[in-house]
Amino acid sequence: MRHLLEVKDLEVKFALWFGELTAIDGISFTLDRGERLGIVGESGAGKSVTGFAIINLISKPGYISAGQILFEGQELNRLPEDEMRSIRGNRISMIFQDPMMTLNPVLTIGTQMIETVLAHENVSKSEAVDIALDKLKKVHIPSPEKRIHQYPHECSGGMRQRIVVAIALLTNPALIIADEPTTALDVTIQAEIMDLLLELCESEKMGLILITHDLGVVSQITEKVIVMYAGKIVESGATQSVVQDPKHPYTRGLLKAIPGIIPPGSRLYQIPGMMPNLTEIPQGCSFHPRCTISESICSTEVPALISKDQHHRMVACHMVK
Amino acid sequence: MKSWNRFKNSYLLYSFKRDPVAILSFCVLSILVIISILAPVITPYNTYDSATFDIMDAETPPAWMEGGSKSFLLGTDIQGRDLLSTMIYGLRVSLLIGVGAVLFQALVGILVGLLSGYLGGKLDALLMRIADIQFSIPYLIVAIFTSAIFKLAFGVGRYAELAVPLLIIIIGMSEWPKYARTVRASVLGEKNKEYVEAARVIGISRWHIMYRHVLPNTLTPVLVISTIQVAEAVMSEAALSFLGLGMPITKPSLGSLIRAGFEYIFSGSWWITFFPGALLVIFILVILLLGDWLRDVLNPKLYKG
Repeated sequence: MRHLLEVKDLEVKFALWFGELTAIDGISFTLDRGERLGIVGESGAGKSVTGFAIINLISKPGYISAGQILFEGQELNRLPEDEMRSIRGNRISMIFQDPMMTLNPVLTIGTQMIETVLAHENVSKSEAVDIALDKLKKVHIPSPEKRIHQYPHECSGGMRQRIVVAIALLTNPALIIADEPTTALDVTIQAEIMDLLLELCESEKMGLILITHDLGVVSQITEKVIVMYAGKIVESGATQSVVQDPKHPYTRGLLKAIPGIIPPGSRLYQIPGMMPNLTEIPQGCSFHPRCTISESICSTEVPALISKDQHHRMVACHMVK
Repeated sequence: MKSWNRFKNSYLLYSFKRDPVAILSFCVLSILVIISILAPVITPYNTYDSATFDIMDAETPPAWMEGGSKSFLLGTDIQGRDLLSTMIYGLRVSLLIGVGAVLFQALVGILVGLLSGYLGGKLDALLMRIADIQFSIPYLIVAIFTSAIFKLAFGVGRYAELAVPLLIIIIGMSEWPKYARTVRASVLGEKNKEYVEAARVIGISRWHIMYRHVLPNTLTPVLVISTIQVAEAVMSEAALSFLGLGMPITKPSLGSLIRAGFEYIFSGSWWITFFPGALLVIFILVILLLGDWLRDVLNPKLYKG
């Protein structure tokens, strides 16, 4: 069966005045219908850029310099802008981090929803209202008839994010890209939104790409996971096996860095050092200056992403056998 | 009904009710606007019809002064026109030109600012340089040239008919860069906000995003400068008329009335200049006071802390 989304050797560069930065350096992955994929990494690892690359909305001076993005058999990065626009928000939706910012403050929720429906579907205004109400019900918004006439500032943060999810659902997309959808929300609301996403993916058979830095969230709702570091995939595989048995030292560091219940006064774990600036990515394995197990080969040769066992586990590390 | 309720509970009305200066200004302004709209109905004389006035009545002082006449409350001007009626008609002309010029400015300025800010790049550079050039030419020079060319092209006779649209265009042309710059600055701030990105991701076209999403979010400063611009346009018109470049004396605005009376001020006929001048000052003052109040209300930083 053909994959819903297939990304092959995607490379994204930013043309700056002093030269070109490689934000994404040849990543590949696939996603099937109804499958849920997590993309994990620190800030600046290229997670969000990957999301924007899929919908071909990388803002200048960035551009896709190589690779292919196949969605339902169409090569998205070669599509003309108006055809791309009919896919964006229609077959692929995106959910952003901060629901305070993603809704237009001067338009009512109803207006923003109806506008989206009308942009993609040939329906009358009253049908659009029905669709909007239906989706608001799906995301468990109480009394949607009332909410539809309200402005974003009249809703709470969790409510707003659910509205954003409802907007993403309006056109029954085949794929939702959620870019840190719960980072701006508190923990209980976070769980609520995640449950909602999970439930919707299962009932509507939607693919989900969850971009986050939180491996905890990823392990709850995704089936596959990609760990990114400085624009490259360092580890990928089934979420359960990655979380339970991380191979790459970076993944191990990330998992250790999740704060658990620890005795008062003791230090939280952190990966030493910082993600390198994209202008000065180290030679060899880009993680080696921060790595606890690096050897001399790590600073000279770039490790390839290769399968280390039979469960589709891919790891890019010289030290993992 | 719903929007009335929304208005009734709004902060706008709440703060209006608690600001006596705003209430007073609003009342005065509404009265002036209503009077000038209803001018043909309420004025005792039609000052545009030369058959209704008599040169023999010229320079009659106000009614309460010696030599005053009951039929001319504020006296008459040098042509024997009732000054009160002339002033009301003059206010009407001034208001028409002021509002017209501001609408013209706003239309051009918002369009230029929106395109320039949202599209950016070369178009932005081009439009903003045009705005700079426009700004660097004093409007008096524009007015002198335009009216000279106009009188040459259409003849002095037709000037009286076409003076109002001409002045609207002159004043509008000289002030649109203010709108363009204000709108451009807000657009630059708004266009990088996430809701614009979200709208793009939803697949809405850029034109639709531009006027539907970005424009409404930039209108607050536009509203505030509009009040100041109306006052300024009325003053510009008065200044042009005072210099003889504006409304002809047969269809006087407040400015041309002030000018007409100015020559007689030392011969004792002070009222011809004084009353139109006072009306102009009051009119501009209430607009500016309302503008100040509006600016404070629309600036959330001032009350949300």
